[in-house]
Amino acid sequence: MTLIGQFRDWLINFMPEWAAYIVAFLVGVVAIIAFVLVMIIVFIYLERRLIGRFQVRLGPNRCGPEGIFQLIADSIKLLTKEDIVPAKGDFWVHFLAPIVTFAPALMVFAVVPFHKGVVLTDLDVGILYVVAISSISVVGIYMAGWGSNNKYSLIAALRAVAQAISYELPVVMAAVGVILIAGSLSLSKIVEAQTIPFFLLQPLGFFIFLLGSMAEINRSPFDLLEAESEIVTGYNMEYSGMKFGLLYLSEYGHTLAASCIITTLFLGGWQGPLLPPFLWFLIKVLLVFFVFLWVRSTVPRLRVDQLMAFAWKCLLPMALINLLLIGAQVLWFPKALPWGMMVVNFAVAGILILLWSRLFALGGGRVEV
Amino acid sequence: MLTDYGYVGLFLIIAILFAVSMPLLPLTLSLLGLVPKKPNPIKTSTYECGVETIGKTWVQFNFRYYFYALLFVVFDILIVFLFPWATKLKQLGAGAFVAVLAFLLILMVGYIYAWMKRVLEWK
Repeated sequence: MTLIGQFRDWLINFMPEWAAYIVAFLVGVVAIIAFVLVMIIVFIYLERRLIGRFQVRLGPNRCGPEGIFQLIADSIKLLTKEDIVPAKGDFWVHFLAPIVTFAPALMVFAVVPFHKGVVLTDLDVGILYVVAISSISVVGIYMAGWGSNNKYSLIAALRAVAQAISYELPVVMAAVGVILIAGSLSLSKIVEAQTIPFFLLQPLGFFIFLLGSMAEINRSPFDLLEAESEIVTGYNMEYSGMKFGLLYLSEYGHTLAASCIITTLFLGGWQGPLLPPFLWFLIKVLLVFFVFLWVRSTVPRLRVDQLMAFAWKCLLPMALINLLLIGAQVLWFPKALPWGMMVVNFAVAGILILLWSRLFALGGGRVEV
Repeated sequence: MLTDYGYVGLFLIIAILFAVSMPLLPLTLSLLGLVPKKPNPIKTSTYECGVETIGKTWVQFNFRYYFYALLFVVFDILIVFLFPWATKLKQLGAGAFVAVLAFLLILMVGYIYAWMKRVLEWK
């Protein structure tokens, strides 16, 4: 029984049944939207300050103590800016694109378990739902590029689609590895199955999922669709005002969703000693976000050929090997699974990563990939 | 069970309403005169290089994207079958594992052929 369900059963004492369902649902939705917006604000603030620190500069520090009001100033600016629609563009596609991009980012949180039983709907097909919903936002990005009627935007949009479909495969295959061990698609059951976090059991799957979801949410070094040095800022170039704000918001919304999903699938979700579960969840989400920032400020942007080769020649074969390895272990060595297989899996992950980095020197200078 | 999916449907409606309200917020502010609305031909022209752009934007694009889309569809079908397989592998036993292995090997033939034909390289 989820917390929402208990609340609903309590409400039935005071009002008709259908009203109790609606009220309990609305309370849950408001809580989720508040959580998402607050976390997005925290993420944007942390990103600006920490990237500043990584680049040995201060970052925004003028508005309020340590610059905490910078974001409020920015949002007021975005709200009162003129909304410019390109004359040659397609008005309706241009208008709907930010909405189609943002709504899926919010929808993902319907199934994320924040605490034991604290989840809006504990769907039986949780992972499938997350995978399906989160890939809809690519349609929004493509609409933004198409509706702008700008060559750079269209290049960015095409790159976004190519990138999304390429990285979808390894990400989902890594998630299937989690399902194999947990034996369920429901995110709550997956969290409860993690007596030890799954990134210890299948380090290769964690590695693939982390990199793949970084590419799916278009973070550096995979942010080819907003490569400033090649295509200005890509798909959001012709946007201004609150529509741009919504695109910006959805970028961070997807980052938050990806952090939450990685936390849930691989880092044990809300489980942890001593501290209250919700605090553990927040700590893990912020830790994943810090890793995103760290990678962003360390690795330079990939070329488009390197990006596609990385998905199809590195991550996809590795994900297949990981999948078959975990499947064989679940089937034939279920007794040795918690600890005995950890050594094997770490060894396999190390060997594969070393092998692939020898075979395809993606990081090097002008390498044919 | 049905309540769960009903909640997802309701959440979809609320998410869309929330997203629609964001671009509509400046619209209401513009009624108060807080948001300027002064479009002119220069401002609404395509942001490219300063002069009128040459040719259409909505053109045919690189054929290479199509190869990736084809390969994606093939592997996505594999993944659709993997979800129920992965959920119940312990009960299904070794037969199911061998079946998926055979399925995978058939797909691998095409994948390796594509690799050999240099389809996976971006030129």
